[in-house]
Amino acid sequence: MNLPLAISETATATAVLFYALALMCAGSAVVVVVSRNIVRTAVALMFSLVGVAGLYFLLNAEFLAAVQLVVYAGGTLILMIFGVMLTSRSPTSRFEPSKSEVVVAVSIGVVLMVSLTAALLHWTRRNPPQSAPLTGEHPYAVAELGKALLGDYLVPFELASVLLLSVMIGAAYLAKGRRDLP
Amino acid sequence: MYLAHAHLATADQLIGRTLLDFLNLPDSLVVRSLFGVVVAVGVFVPTALLIAMLGIWWERKVAGHIQSRPGPNRVGPMGLLQSLADGIKLITKEDLRPAGADKLLFKLAPYLVFAPVFAVFIALPFGPDFVFEPRLSAGVFWILAMMSLEVVGVILAGWSSNNKWSVYGAMREACQMVSYEIPLGLSIIVGVMAAGTLNMVELGHLQQGGIHTWLIFQNPFAMLAFGVYFIASLASNKRAPFDLPESDSELVAGYHTEYSGMRFAFFYFAEYIAMFVIGGIQAGLFLGGWNDPFGIIGFLDARWRPVWQADPTFANAWPLMLLNIAGAGIFAIKCILVIFVQMWVRWTLPRPRIDQVLYTCIKVLLPLGCVLLLGAALWQLLIPPMPGVPWVDYNPYLPSDWSDKGSLGAYVAQMILANIGGAVVGTIVFWIFHARALDPTRRHKKRLTDPEPILT
Repeated sequence: MNLPLAISETATATAVLFYALALMCAGSAVVVVVSRNIVRTAVALMFSLVGVAGLYFLLNAEFLAAVQLVVYAGGTLILMIFGVMLTSRSPTSRFEPSKSEVVVAVSIGVVLMVSLTAALLHWTRRNPPQSAPLTGEHPYAVAELGKALLGDYLVPFELASVLLLSVMIGAAYLAKGRRDLP
Repeated sequence: MYLAHAHLATADQLIGRTLLDFLNLPDSLVVRSLFGVVVAVGVFVPTALLIAMLGIWWERKVAGHIQSRPGPNRVGPMGLLQSLADGIKLITKEDLRPAGADKLLFKLAPYLVFAPVFAVFIALPFGPDFVFEPRLSAGVFWILAMMSLEVVGVILAGWSSNNKWSVYGAMREACQMVSYEIPLGLSIIVGVMAAGTLNMVELGHLQQGGIHTWLIFQNPFAMLAFGVYFIASLASNKRAPFDLPESDSELVAGYHTEYSGMRFAFFYFAEYIAMFVIGGIQAGLFLGGWNDPFGIIGFLDARWRPVWQADPTFANAWPLMLLNIAGAGIFAIKCILVIFVQMWVRWTLPRPRIDQVLYTCIKVLLPLGCVLLLGAALWQLLIPPMPGVPWVDYNPYLPSDWSDKGSLGAYVAQMILANIGGAVVGTIVFWIFHARALDPTRRHKKRLTDPEPILT
């Protein structure tokens, strides 16, 4: 619906949706950390990823949101669950982290969070947030994105594809085994 | 190639504005959100359930016909109410849960299968204005993304049932889905490349100039890509012959072995709605969307839309509304034809082994998809396609309009391809209907279920 709306109304709706999606992301991220059941962890991760896709939608980045769903929620996550199913000894296997692992993980998490918060605060102090919301037009239209990827950013794009190709060849080599070697 | 933005800018206003005027409601975010909820709950949910129930009935009828038996014929006229009766039975059944199952995930999985398929409906173009969100610039890709989420629910259903058959079904679904997604995407890109947009409404407007402007006939590679997409979509929706995740001869019922009652029904609903959605992608992307083969709807749309855009009143809106209703009917007919072919394939072909399924994907469809992508790109480079919207920027039947923009080669090629396609479809239809009627033995052919005559 693109009839002209009062900006305050749009901003309120955006804020409500943002907090709902942020709650979904953060809440399921907490479940990812807390849950001991591997598959439940994966499901919580899926909800977190879908929430991030929703945030992208809120920023009018529809293509990025769809990519997020296809690549992470529909692809990577499936491979993870698939790996868990194939490798775990019992279908109800659980994480049982040792004390030292918990200490290391918590300290890394705290350091990361403090540094990120500090960086964010520093950045917002230097660049005060703009109050103008993104309106109707598509700032990240798919056509523009395609032109940018195959124009200005061609070299990084091709480098990434070469990296992926080498990963694929490496995976095929590992999967083939070493039957021909003694 | 070009963007039909002039069309798109007002695509969602026709129904919304007319309705608001008609009901004399103020245009505010609250009213609009309520309107969206009403459309989703009051239109989409019943439509989706109706599609699923009629689809199940029709599948059984087609199966019966192919296997020379009547199919459901007791409940209602032609057995039409059979699905309703089955639904009542499923609702009243006990909701069983195996003792060792993961309670939370077992209950969650059917919804995770159903919800993404349902979310696709916001991008499906039933008509030039009958779209929930016409400005979704990543429309086709959004549908693909949603369809790829469905597999998570299937895997969870299989795993949480705590049953070996279910886990095997889930694992087959995972490897089948992950591998078939690549040819699926490649074949869609061939169609998208010919149009130059991902938006479903723009895709529809680009194909409104008659059958030769449909994207399937843009180049020979698009025709083949349509076939690749059809096969890959069967596999990604676990339809036979690729129904390995639920192959009932080896895995009982695969991933939904342990489900009963309404939770089982959700899996079935999701499968039949997904069949419709796949038909919708094929119709919208390759088969001209809501447009008829002669371009009449596109011609009238191009004529009446500027009138309404200049003066958006109800009097100017109703011809476009009628056009939308006709378009929705044509779109539905195209989807139903694709669904019929899916059923036909299901009841005709035997089921391959899982290694054969993966061989087909990785060693046949994947290289073929890459070749088609390359071929379509080269074709567009050598034979420049016609820029612009049919009937708006040019007359699709006038060769001089095409040669003015240097696209006479595209005109000739598309006309030839459209004729080939029409001839193929006509031959198949003739083979199905007319050749059967000419067969002299048919009148005396007995059904297997016909009773033996009693001889006294």
